[in-house]
Amino acid sequence: MQRRLKKEWPYHMLLLPGLVLTFIFSYLPIYGIVMAFQDYNPGLGFIGSRWVGLENFQLVFQTPQFLRAIFNTFYISLFKIVLQTLASVSFALMLNEVRLTSAKRIFQTIVYIPNFISWVIMAGILLNLLASDGIINIVIKALGGRPVQFISNRSVFPWTIILSDVWKTFGFGTVVYLASITSIDPELYEAAVIDGAGRWKQTRYVTIPLLVPIIVLMVVLALGNVLSAGFDQVYNLYSPAVYPTGDIIDTFVYRLGLQNGKYAIGTAVGLFKSVISCTLISLSLWVAYRFANYRVF
Amino acid sequence: MHTVTRGMKVFRVFNYTAIILVCLSCFLPVLNTLAVSFSSPAAVSTGKVYFWPVQFTTMAYEFAITNGKFLRALWVSVVRCLLGVSINLFMMITTAYPLSKPKSVFGARNFYMAFYIFTILFGGGLVPYYILVNRLGLMNSIWSLVLPLSVPVYNMVILMNFMRGLPPELEEAAMVDGAGQIKTLFTIILPVLKPALATVGLFSFVYHWNDWLTGALFMHDPRNYPLQTYLQTLLTNFNDMLRQSGSDYYQLLARMNEQTGRAAQLFLGLTPLLIVYPFLQKYFTTGLVLGSVKG
Repeated sequence: MQRRLKKEWPYHMLLLPGLVLTFIFSYLPIYGIVMAFQDYNPGLGFIGSRWVGLENFQLVFQTPQFLRAIFNTFYISLFKIVLQTLASVSFALMLNEVRLTSAKRIFQTIVYIPNFISWVIMAGILLNLLASDGIINIVIKALGGRPVQFISNRSVFPWTIILSDVWKTFGFGTVVYLASITSIDPELYEAAVIDGAGRWKQTRYVTIPLLVPIIVLMVVLALGNVLSAGFDQVYNLYSPAVYPTGDIIDTFVYRLGLQNGKYAIGTAVGLFKSVISCTLISLSLWVAYRFANYRVF
Repeated sequence: MHTVTRGMKVFRVFNYTAIILVCLSCFLPVLNTLAVSFSSPAAVSTGKVYFWPVQFTTMAYEFAITNGKFLRALWVSVVRCLLGVSINLFMMITTAYPLSKPKSVFGARNFYMAFYIFTILFGGGLVPYYILVNRLGLMNSIWSLVLPLSVPVYNMVILMNFMRGLPPELEEAAMVDGAGQIKTLFTIILPVLKPALATVGLFSFVYHWNDWLTGALFMHDPRNYPLQTYLQTLLTNFNDMLRQSGSDYYQLLARMNEQTGRAAQLFLGLTPLLIVYPFLQKYFTTGLVLGSVKG
């Protein structure tokens, strides 16, 4: 035992600084969850504030704005995941047909750019493009259509969010899928050619079936995060006019808990989200491990 | 072997056109912002500017770089990125190395790993986090922008996977020569891991550069805002800032307006990323493939 400790102590020492900081900033806030069960008053602190049991939860679940935010979160997230996957896979398959490796790399690089642009800057760009006198509406009008209020019309807004997110992030999926297409054994294609398969049949019967496991894996991992519908994006694009269809759990917590100073209720909603997310993420990691032998750790 | 049929030719033309259109859609919005930032307000407000400046002017940029708020926010972001990336790299290296050892070599490995995994799965939520940083007295301090994010777990796992991929002989040789683990890490392991360190370092830079929420949460004084938090305030009230710039407000309006001014500052906020991107993209597939889809 002592010999073991003597041999391993440098590892413990190396880990120490990270452990301390992670404990402070990731574990200590968990103690703050007690606020969810209190009528929290910053002046009285965690010890002095009155305990109210589940009152905060009862209150928030009777709030139509919160129920609406839950619905919007699922609606936006699920459509994002479905369309994201479709867009990434199709574009990866299209790029796979490009023979020139250098051209392929250039295309891949370009579609990955928007991923790295912050949502603040992207929102600035989108607000400009999608304005009622912005370029997109100029094009719509030139084609004889009627201008669309992408940002302020509440029935259009969720789709502005979904599609702009798909557009911004599909490049990531494309890179992942293209990397797995490249790793497919070329002999499989040669065998298919001998059987008389053209490019289309090779894609249909070799590439796509071999991509299915990785697609399932990516979708499962994304489903674990279904309750995070994109705080940065929604917060920087929405306005009170579109709250009914655009407000999501995270923006709801931020507005209520911090901007309006309702700490206790904000914590209660945060806890509700954490518990469900924790279950979903654990489940998705378990499924990914069980069926795709994928391990993060 | 490759007989090119007519159908294939048609397909290829169609395919290339579609790909190029998609690429343009990812690229043109940025180009449009750039064009607007160099155009006159009159041309912009009459909808004449697409992808090339009309009535070229650099007024919006002159306004940005003579504007104290923009420069101060830029400085905060630069300091934050230097501090943040150094701390992140140090923490990722010192954490990933012990965790890359199998349980047989480092007995407590799985315990520590579970400690970090738990932080991905569960947290106290936004409000307790805010109250904690407040209680620690970090409000309005640059440390509030870097310390809470000091160990990025996902990137640490990427680095850990890189370390696991190294041949064990590399380390064994050094150990035989009598070097301890810490010396081996810094003299043998790190030099061969330069590409991996570049990958996680750049990811960490992008994160710190792009994050606006931390600044909005912990900086009560707008003078301490990092660039993205400052830019976020511009989305709603650029005109206020123009008006605050003093007596020459109307003179200024003739040569720039809200749209051109905002476009210029957004573009400046984007430039550092466009500069590091080519370096980043050399590594991103390795990082992604190793980290996120390890089969």
